[in-house]
Amino acid sequence: MPEGPAPAPVIQRLRVRYAKRGRLRFTSHRDISRAVERAVRRAGIPVAFSAGFTPHPKISYAGAAATGVASEAEYLEIGLTEPRDPARVRAELDAALPPGLDVVDVVALPEGTGKSTALADRLQASEWRVRLDGVAAGDAEAAVSAFLAAGAVEVERLTKKGRRRFDVRAAVSALEAFQDADRRGTEATDAPCAILRMVVRHTTPAVRPDDILTGLRQVADLAPPSPPLVTRLAQGLLDEQTGVLADPLDPDRETASAAGDEAGPADGSALPRSGDAAGVDAVSARS
Amino acid sequence: MSVESIFPRLEPLLPSVQKPIQYVGGELNSQVKDWDAATVRWALMYPDAYEVGLPNQGVQILYEILNEREGVLAERTYAVWPDMEQVMRDNAIPQFTVDSHRPVGAFDVFGVSFSTELGYTNLLTALDLAGIPLESADRTDGHPIVLAGGHAAFNPEPIADFVDAAVLGDGEEIALAITEVIREWKDEGEPGGRDGVLLRLAETGGVYVPRFYDVEYLPDGRIKRVAPNRPGVPWRVEKHTVMDLDQWPYPKKPLVPLAETVHERFSVEIFRGCTRGCRFCQAGMITRPVRERSITTIGAMVDEGLRQTGFTEVGLLSLSSADHSEIADVAKGLGDRYEGTHTSLSLPSTRVDAFNITLANEFSRNGRRSGLTFAPEGGSERMRKVINKMVSEDDLIRTVTTAYENGWRQVKLYFMCGLPTETDEDVLEIAGMAKRVIKAGREATGRKDIRCTVSIGGFVPKPHTPFQWAGQTNHETVDRRLRLLRDELRSDKEYGRAIGLRYHDGQPSVIEGLLSRGDRRVGKVIRAVWEDGGRFDGWSEHFSFERWTSAAETALAGEPVDLDWYTLRDRDEVEVLPWDHLDAGLDREWLWQDWQDAIDETEVEDCRWTPCYDCGVCPTMGTEIQIGPTGKRLLPLSVV
Repeated sequence: MPEGPAPAPVIQRLRVRYAKRGRLRFTSHRDISRAVERAVRRAGIPVAFSAGFTPHPKISYAGAAATGVASEAEYLEIGLTEPRDPARVRAELDAALPPGLDVVDVVALPEGTGKSTALADRLQASEWRVRLDGVAAGDAEAAVSAFLAAGAVEVERLTKKGRRRFDVRAAVSALEAFQDADRRGTEATDAPCAILRMVVRHTTPAVRPDDILTGLRQVADLAPPSPPLVTRLAQGLLDEQTGVLADPLDPDRETASAAGDEAGPADGSALPRSGDAAGVDAVSARS
Repeated sequence: MSVESIFPRLEPLLPSVQKPIQYVGGELNSQVKDWDAATVRWALMYPDAYEVGLPNQGVQILYEILNEREGVLAERTYAVWPDMEQVMRDNAIPQFTVDSHRPVGAFDVFGVSFSTELGYTNLLTALDLAGIPLESADRTDGHPIVLAGGHAAFNPEPIADFVDAAVLGDGEEIALAITEVIREWKDEGEPGGRDGVLLRLAETGGVYVPRFYDVEYLPDGRIKRVAPNRPGVPWRVEKHTVMDLDQWPYPKKPLVPLAETVHERFSVEIFRGCTRGCRFCQAGMITRPVRERSITTIGAMVDEGLRQTGFTEVGLLSLSSADHSEIADVAKGLGDRYEGTHTSLSLPSTRVDAFNITLANEFSRNGRRSGLTFAPEGGSERMRKVINKMVSEDDLIRTVTTAYENGWRQVKLYFMCGLPTETDEDVLEIAGMAKRVIKAGREATGRKDIRCTVSIGGFVPKPHTPFQWAGQTNHETVDRRLRLLRDELRSDKEYGRAIGLRYHDGQPSVIEGLLSRGDRRVGKVIRAVWEDGGRFDGWSEHFSFERWTSAAETALAGEPVDLDWYTLRDRDEVEVLPWDHLDAGLDREWLWQDWQDAIDETEVEDCRWTPCYDCGVCPTMGTEIQIGPTGKRLLPLSVV
């Protein structure tokens, strides 16, 4: 048995929204967790540890985006042994992380918050932006119409439980295609480039943007010539009527507002339209 | 003229390769300096995969030292995996640096650090991808100076055709000196072109330029002589030794990768050099004399290093860390400082010495005592006298007994097979030793879960050691002895199941032997292997013995020499060795005498604690042993 006193208990829990941008979209979930643990130490944040021979910092992650996928809305939760001002943690943790892993928002959980408010339960759907270089907007729009018109679109993919065939249509709450209005980078600006914007429910097995692309290929032969650039723009509670995602940290913020912290959210509860989401176009953010 | 980043062309291709994060850079503490503001630009390479190369201390130290200088810029590049190599060839993407993704061919110096000879084929891949001609003779003024360093550079003859220059020894001061020579040459308008700057470097006596030397051979294939072929080039090239490591406290800001790498810790060299005199150990011979870093500098470096990185492990590196004159105070001081901070301390390997258990206990205050590693290297007392590893079996048993009594449950023992004068019996004695270790552990603890792992590597004779004259044992013999040992351990009913055996087959050691003691003619073999697809020879899944043997047969067909000639042959005292003109400071007669002493099973003491026994390094190099104690202690940190 380990010697010494029991580890200090968690007395404050912080929920953190972070982004992975630019070339750091190629980090895996494991890469990010190592980077976060080191940043927490560098920033001197009093993280709590588990007991045992190999104590682990109490940091948990909710549904991380895949390697190669950029994101504006990833979430983690940290247990602290001393209370800290969330606004300060946001700044210090952000400074300690490598550029491209950026802390967007930090909210303290109100005392006595139980499991019922688990963050994962609030992450009901994701909004994705998919850039398809070399695809004409018209072709993408036609494929989207065919996809939406279909009752079900079955795709096959290797999941953790082996090769599975499943419907991806039902998980899609919204899907649209349009011409990329904000081309940057070195390519000629008149090269075709379509953008897909989609809101997809978190289901089992998970329906990922590349599953939707597989579906588009099946229903309309849409075949992008180069790998798509995928960015998660938001996660949250899905309003089935409006298709709008609500910021999953808002409920915590509302309860904790008495504390008067100034850790403002990056872009509130409204679903940002991709057409004017230049500020979050992580994929081409490398200048 | 500014040099464009290739990243925009690379990025769309990254999803198609394994672990793309290794190619994107952006590590914490990495730097991108203004290309146009620099006059001398270095591309530094560790010729292995990123996960192995990134933690390399040598590259990190030079990267930081060069980037600290105004007008100097250094970026890093690593060997790309075959899948990436294919993607780069298909898309005409050159070898690039991970810092700013600039083509390696655009730099002034392409410095490659060779810890092992098995990286030679990866050098050729990088040169080819960079668009730099493979052979020095084919390069023109616009190409970088290809510079080799690292331990393997103490005999760079096998890659003499591929590099423009090589440096021996510590890199800190010579890298800056080379930078100054290049800066002056450029400021003056690059007089004499490529040869002009190489000649300036060669004239310093501290940079070896292989093509300024001619090698003549005897009819039987041995070397007749190696001589400079133009005025101003010295007959011998000297190694570099940094004295006073406290003046060079690097790395200050170690790189923290996003990708997973082989070492995830902050490493600090606590001393350089080793005078234990183990005859097989090239590192111990070529890094003399011992130069300690003081306890206070070590403490300050660990404090700063942890702050800069967020690492949770500190490695105290050296060739024999427990030999630091104040290691106990270092261990206790660091242990006290970081108590309760989830920071662990580690030593790379430990001598067989009961004192080291006290040390190990200090390093494991949290109570986790899983495994300890010792390196007796030779199985029999006789063998250990031959290699000058002065430890008796009774010492070992006493040491492991103490370890088991202190709560350790597993002991790992390192050995070598194929040592000079070795017999089957010498190797089989390893089994006897391992059994005694288990028996001692069971008696000391009364427990049955005591384990011992025996790990064996094939011995490769290395340049600048007393064994440089020794014939290497053929791989069939090595494999047969390892099988005998395995059978001996397996057949033991009482202890066999408590003893694990780890070994590799002997074939790769033969190729390492060829590359270690080869001369310039071996370059043709390396090139043939590379052209046949040879890559990553240090990785068993990529290494092909057949490829090497058949390339050696073809490439050396017209020569009076072959693979066996390079590896299995005993050399006599007067033979000119390919590296004789490269000066590690060791007196040749002393080395020969030490080789004779090895055969006679005569041991030699450590000059730190006994009078000098004239290895020659200090008078030749103008150096001296630098050891403590300083009498200082590490005070608690005010803010942790």
